[in-house]
Amino acid sequence: MHDFHVGIEHITRVEGHGNIVIDVKDGKIKELRMEIVESPRFFEAMALGRSYREVAHITSRICGICAVTHTTTSIKAIESALGFAPSEQTIRLRKLLLNAEFIQSHILHVYFLTAPDFFRVGSVFGMVKDNKETVLRGMRLKSLANDLCALVGGRHIHPITLKIGCFSKSPRPDDLAAFRERIIKARPEIQETVEFFKTLKNPEFERETEYISLTNPDEYALYDGVIKSSDDGNTSPDDYIDRVKEFMVTHSTAKHAKSGKDSYMVGALARFNNNHEQLHPRAREVADELGLKHPCYNPYMNNVAQVVETIHCFEDSINLIDELLSNGIEEEKAELTPKTGRGVGATEAPRGTLYHEHKIDDDGKITYANYIIPTGQNLANIENDLRSLVPGILHKERDDIIMDIEMLVRAYDPCISCATHLMKVKFVNE
Amino acid sequence: MTKPRVAFFSFTSCEGCQLVVLTIEEQLLDLLDLIDIVTFREAISEKSEEYDIAFVEGSITRESEIERLKTIRDTASIVIALGACATIGGVNCMKNQYEMKSVQKIVYGEMADNFDTIPARPIEEVVKVDYHIHGCPIDREEFVEVTKSLLLGKKPRIPDYPVCVECQMRENVCLFEKGMVCMGPVTRAGCKAICPTYNDGCTGCRGLIDDPNLSSHKNLLNEHGLSVEEAISQYMLFGENSKDKFK
Repeated sequence: MHDFHVGIEHITRVEGHGNIVIDVKDGKIKELRMEIVESPRFFEAMALGRSYREVAHITSRICGICAVTHTTTSIKAIESALGFAPSEQTIRLRKLLLNAEFIQSHILHVYFLTAPDFFRVGSVFGMVKDNKETVLRGMRLKSLANDLCALVGGRHIHPITLKIGCFSKSPRPDDLAAFRERIIKARPEIQETVEFFKTLKNPEFERETEYISLTNPDEYALYDGVIKSSDDGNTSPDDYIDRVKEFMVTHSTAKHAKSGKDSYMVGALARFNNNHEQLHPRAREVADELGLKHPCYNPYMNNVAQVVETIHCFEDSINLIDELLSNGIEEEKAELTPKTGRGVGATEAPRGTLYHEHKIDDDGKITYANYIIPTGQNLANIENDLRSLVPGILHKERDDIIMDIEMLVRAYDPCISCATHLMKVKFVNE
Repeated sequence: MTKPRVAFFSFTSCEGCQLVVLTIEEQLLDLLDLIDIVTFREAISEKSEEYDIAFVEGSITRESEIERLKTIRDTASIVIALGACATIGGVNCMKNQYEMKSVQKIVYGEMADNFDTIPARPIEEVVKVDYHIHGCPIDREEFVEVTKSLLLGKKPRIPDYPVCVECQMRENVCLFEKGMVCMGPVTRAGCKAICPTYNDGCTGCRGLIDDPNLSSHKNLLNEHGLSVEEAISQYMLFGENSKDKFK
């Protein structure tokens, strides 16, 4: 096919509204863009003047899927500005809650949003007829993660207990112990999940890019760490703006040569490429079983990396619960005093590294807010992947070309409502 | 009997309320025996312009959204506002306290003019709404109950009593006694007082009850030495759109 034009309006099974426009003439790409048509949200403006105690409650509402990560990241930014260090118990509970969100989000994505593509049906509901047990298994595993979210955070979406300083209410040890047993009992279903994904073959396509994630010498970095680039080393979260700015400027003109690449990838595959050795041993085995080998340059394999991380998060949750139970769980109180300062929080969201920056004044009012969203960081990379992918698949049938394109976009698990910065990146790009 | 055709739509929101719908998990499959979900962009690829029941999430923040919403109203026989953004305007209304131009400039700088926005509003300010499912996010059991009622042709029961009623039924210690600000006495119940139960003050995400006794709430706060200003500020996280009631 020498000429090919596709305009996919409101790509489905992603979070938020986005369009894909591709125009090929005489085998050459004339135009290729992923348009983001979601209404702008203006969270950075809404946070201004609010109390430092309220802001995480607000930023949670940036995203229904990764509300825990947004809340956590806002809290970390404020605590950093105040020079406050939370207790070990609080950190463990935050990590447990974050694991729950990763499992919720990854299971939603791999079972409900991407798996239907492999069966050539329009939705998970279309899989029910021939694969009901698979669908039910996905639902049961997601329910398990939902319940862990509710146990630690108070509810499935938009956590209540996750507060600056400490949790407003701690889970009861008995409930945590009971939950530990539920995870153990779910292990066979978790293994069946691995077996199921062994049967799904992702398209073969490779394009090496720069991979950015947090990294932490003590663990597979999700809750905390420094920023790691697969190309040029580590950066402190406090200096995140150098890293992100560099990328944005790189995109337009001069600094293109400096990083060597003109876009980067964040998310499960980036984390795997940067930190795979720190995954739970069982998760590393699963990576082998599913053919995910380091370094992996196939963006479709982000789906597989999410399955691998799901295993990691389940196993890590067991360890965290054990640590919490052996140390005893108390109701905590935190004394916080506002003072002028700046703080940056960096956390891994299911879709990649999330940054929140806050400045506050002596009264604890927010005077500056900046939120850098994973999907915004991935957008240029998605477009670059598509530019590389499309010429090689033009021999296929039109429907198959569109399927490959949609599957690639979906593999990144884009979360468009979240991406308050998406359009900014887009404009620098043009 | 043909199954009712149900569609889900989202406007300016985090799409969390649609996610709550997905968290009913196995019940969702049971529901599919009774209804056809014909449009649900977040979860399914099929799309249809013909539907009977429309669940609408999100508030209206752009001129283009007004037209889209009117088309939905013209098509559906029943429109249900799903979640705080749609029912009361929700967090999006926080920007309404500023000039739109300055909001655009704060976030998009020199490129501000490219991102049009209008003051955020609940969908009822644009079209007639038949039923409201309140909350940020919605309560999944309430969603199931409302949907069941609709299928049975009954009017869904949405509480018009305050969160305090549900809080007392759960035998929670009143947050006022703990020295915490709470909007429970004037906020519509239906959430099972979930925030006070987890030791967090109600911020009024379900909106005010129809006839709130705001002066008595003020007195309660004063009696406990709590800040009325702080309470109102908390309420304005979701309720900026109804701030005139506090004047």
